[in-house]
Amino acid sequence: MAQRFGVTREVRRSVALISVPFLYAILLLALPLGAIVLFSFWTQDFLTIDTSFTLANYREALTQPIYTQLILRSLAISATVTVATVVLAFPIAYFVSFHLPPHRKSLWLFLITIPFWTSYLIRVFLWKVILGYNGVLNTSLTGLGLIDEPLTFILYNANAVVITLAHAFAPFAILPIFVALEKIDRSLLEASRDLGESRSTTFFRVTLPLAMPGVVAAVLIVFIPTIGDYVTPRLVGGPDGLMIANMIQTQFLRLNNAPLGAALALIAMVCVTVIALGFVWLNRRWLGGDGK
Amino acid sequence: MSLRLYAIAYLVFLYAPILLLPVFAFNDGTIIAFPLQGFTTEWFGELGRTAALHDAVQASLFIAVLSAILATCLGLCAARAGTMASFPGKRGVMGFIMLPLVLPEIIVAVSLLVVVVQVLDLGLSNWTIILAHTLICTPFCIAILNGAFANLDPSMEEAAIDLGETRWGAFRLITLPLVTPGIVSSLLISFTISLDEFIIAFFLSGNTPTMPVYIWGLLRFPEKLPVVMALGTILVALSILLLTIAEFYRRRGLARAGLRDTGGFL
Amino acid sequence: MTDLITLSGVHKYYGDYHALRGIDLTIRQGEFFSLLGPSGCGKTTLLRTIAGFEDASSGSLTIDGRDMKRVEAHHRPTNMVFQSYAIFPHLSVAENVGFGLRRDKRARADKARAVGEALEMVGLAGYGNRRANALSGGQRQRVALARALILEPKVLLLDEPLSALDKKMREQMQVELMRLQREVGITFILVTHDQEEALVMSDRIAVMFEGEIGQLDDPETLYRRPVSRRVAAFIGMMNFLDATIAPAGARVALDVAGLGRCEVPASQAPGGVPAGAATVGIRPETLAILFEGESAPGRVVDGVVDEVVYYGDMTYYDVRIPGHDAPLNISMKNLIGRPVLEVGAPARVAWDERALVLLAR
Repeated sequence: MAQRFGVTREVRRSVALISVPFLYAILLLALPLGAIVLFSFWTQDFLTIDTSFTLANYREALTQPIYTQLILRSLAISATVTVATVVLAFPIAYFVSFHLPPHRKSLWLFLITIPFWTSYLIRVFLWKVILGYNGVLNTSLTGLGLIDEPLTFILYNANAVVITLAHAFAPFAILPIFVALEKIDRSLLEASRDLGESRSTTFFRVTLPLAMPGVVAAVLIVFIPTIGDYVTPRLVGGPDGLMIANMIQTQFLRLNNAPLGAALALIAMVCVTVIALGFVWLNRRWLGGDGK
Repeated sequence: MSLRLYAIAYLVFLYAPILLLPVFAFNDGTIIAFPLQGFTTEWFGELGRTAALHDAVQASLFIAVLSAILATCLGLCAARAGTMASFPGKRGVMGFIMLPLVLPEIIVAVSLLVVVVQVLDLGLSNWTIILAHTLICTPFCIAILNGAFANLDPSMEEAAIDLGETRWGAFRLITLPLVTPGIVSSLLISFTISLDEFIIAFFLSGNTPTMPVYIWGLLRFPEKLPVVMALGTILVALSILLLTIAEFYRRRGLARAGLRDTGGFL
Repeated sequence: MTDLITLSGVHKYYGDYHALRGIDLTIRQGEFFSLLGPSGCGKTTLLRTIAGFEDASSGSLTIDGRDMKRVEAHHRPTNMVFQSYAIFPHLSVAENVGFGLRRDKRARADKARAVGEALEMVGLAGYGNRRANALSGGQRQRVALARALILEPKVLLLDEPLSALDKKMREQMQVELMRLQREVGITFILVTHDQEEALVMSDRIAVMFEGEIGQLDDPETLYRRPVSRRVAAFIGMMNFLDATIAPAGARVALDVAGLGRCEVPASQAPGGVPAGAATVGIRPETLAILFEGESAPGRVVDGVVDEVVYYGDMTYYDVRIPGHDAPLNISMKNLIGRPVLEVGAPARVAWDERALVLLAR
């Protein structure tokens, strides 16, 4: 009975194994994040750090219009990107899961993931080439006689950022939804049809609710990282499309004001986390999904 | 049928930027726009003559190889523990290790920058990038290796022990050969991620920039853009090659374990 | 027969879950022994404890006189056939069978001969070069057997080895396993939830419930003289009737609800004679419906047919008798001239007090 509340050998081995990556994550993630939190309560004058506790950074970040505007715009762009990406991605996931024979599925998934793994920088830059004043889109449309003047609302503004990010995060949205759709027992759909639902009501009453966990995962996995994107706003955003990451970079690398940069980064993270948690909560509450 | 059309249109949207790369890489003109000027391989030639690029590529390869190995080792530990006995807090620990998957990379970048430069007062070098890349690659490795380990029948290893092997012998003779395809695929994926990663390298690189940081520098000079296109073409070709190999190994792993294919990476 | 395995006072906890509750058990040299019980009763845990894959929380285990406390799984004189067979998919059939010989010092040719013999023994001669992946379920089972037996263990442990096979294959493998066990003379310990399988194959069976051994006996005793209601209910079909009892020396006087008064020897209460109220069990095949012209030496009660299930060679009847709530389950062979009764028909039920078992509540 000695082992009743003790641990078995296997548990000990399991703990020993997992502690290696866990310690690594503590050292390189938890401690640095802690340092960021500390820094955000300090101040910096050129290269000297003043370690007395102050809320000045937060006060500045939350009162100066330039910062609040940037944060709000970043959240708005992230939200738009998320909605656009997930809405565009759902039919693809549905198509691959429901309309393709099993042996073709992995080929399509492979095709969908390939662009994601190719140089991010160059991909973003090419959107600039596509969307630009003399870009591929405008020259083709003019060439076809569909427009007289090149379109200008598609580059160097928030629209361009949304299009480019929706492209970059496509597989992140497709894969979780696909996984959720794959898990749906096909006989449920037949049961629904059998019970008198039409094809479309079956979709809304059975398929969509069952796919919600995947949709929620897709939303989170797109929404959270996009807020920190630096490259896209910088390359295709123009002055009106800049996001909070660009300001964080400026504070850290240009203005040598790490504490303010840290405060901005934390505020952005807190906003994203709160919104994400709120979304999950709403989903649980209203859709009855147990999304995760 | 309209859904299939939409799917194809979506693929065009996904592939549009990549398909343009070779078009401009072989275009005999410094302006990246239509109409095209004519065929040239000059830009590829220039790649071979740029010493700074060679240094960047070397630095990137060094970082990517080491990050891939370290991340795969960490991933192996986590994935192996994942198949073993549960203990209180295991989900939380796992969740924390997987956190970099959703954390914006800029957060990882600035927090490490603060620690290395301000707290530890150390200089930045390729090693700081390797440490950070290992951190962000590990969740991907775990995801891939989890798949490989989950496919294994747990009694397989017990059978080997039952037949007289030690615990380590059973792992080496049975488990390792069966998850090797997963390990190869994990190495390739993390290598690809590290090779392509920009924002962390941008914040943490020391004297020698990595390749993406070098490319970022080139993007400011319009006359350098065709060279970037040529470089991009090579990188894309290389990525596709590596991914195809990774996918090949993943499928072979499934076949070895006698299982049917259920989906792609992640 | 000499004792080979002795377990005494073995307990196993998983956290707060008490999986084995004081197992005392002796398994003899050369017998075919079965651990039978519903899922979750601890039979697999017990088997894995013998194999060394689980550590008992307390208690002792000896195999062939050696205490196994500090002996790890790979040093124990036991080999196992796993439920999933655990055939190594990346190795050939011969490599699978010869896996355990890796540390053997014998010459390569001797090992190859041993592998060939083992394959022949299980009827897979000539399959050595096949990929393990390409085998059928029955063939995998044979490879698993050959792989375990080649090491000439003192005990072969079989964890639900037939559960993955279809009915026909299962029956064929039952016979083959019995033949194999007689040939090699090794002690077999079989874990199964299939009572028929256990009855057919075993020399002795331990029936387990909730981490305890409910009864340990040979198949016939287990079937005819179950000690408790749950053992009786788990093995075969049984009618349970309430009874009041009064001990009378070496015999017991009974008043069985619906059947009436009778007297049986105390040996018909294998679990001990209970005091006052008890449950009496009687098997469906020991009851009989009397058709026209048939008579019975024993006692007869009148009832009404409540349900009829026709099985071809057999017909199963539910017959209601006054004084007993549930209908009696009766199985009748469909002999020539016997009609199949219809629901609602009157039925005369013959019974014999020799078929009664007194069960501990």
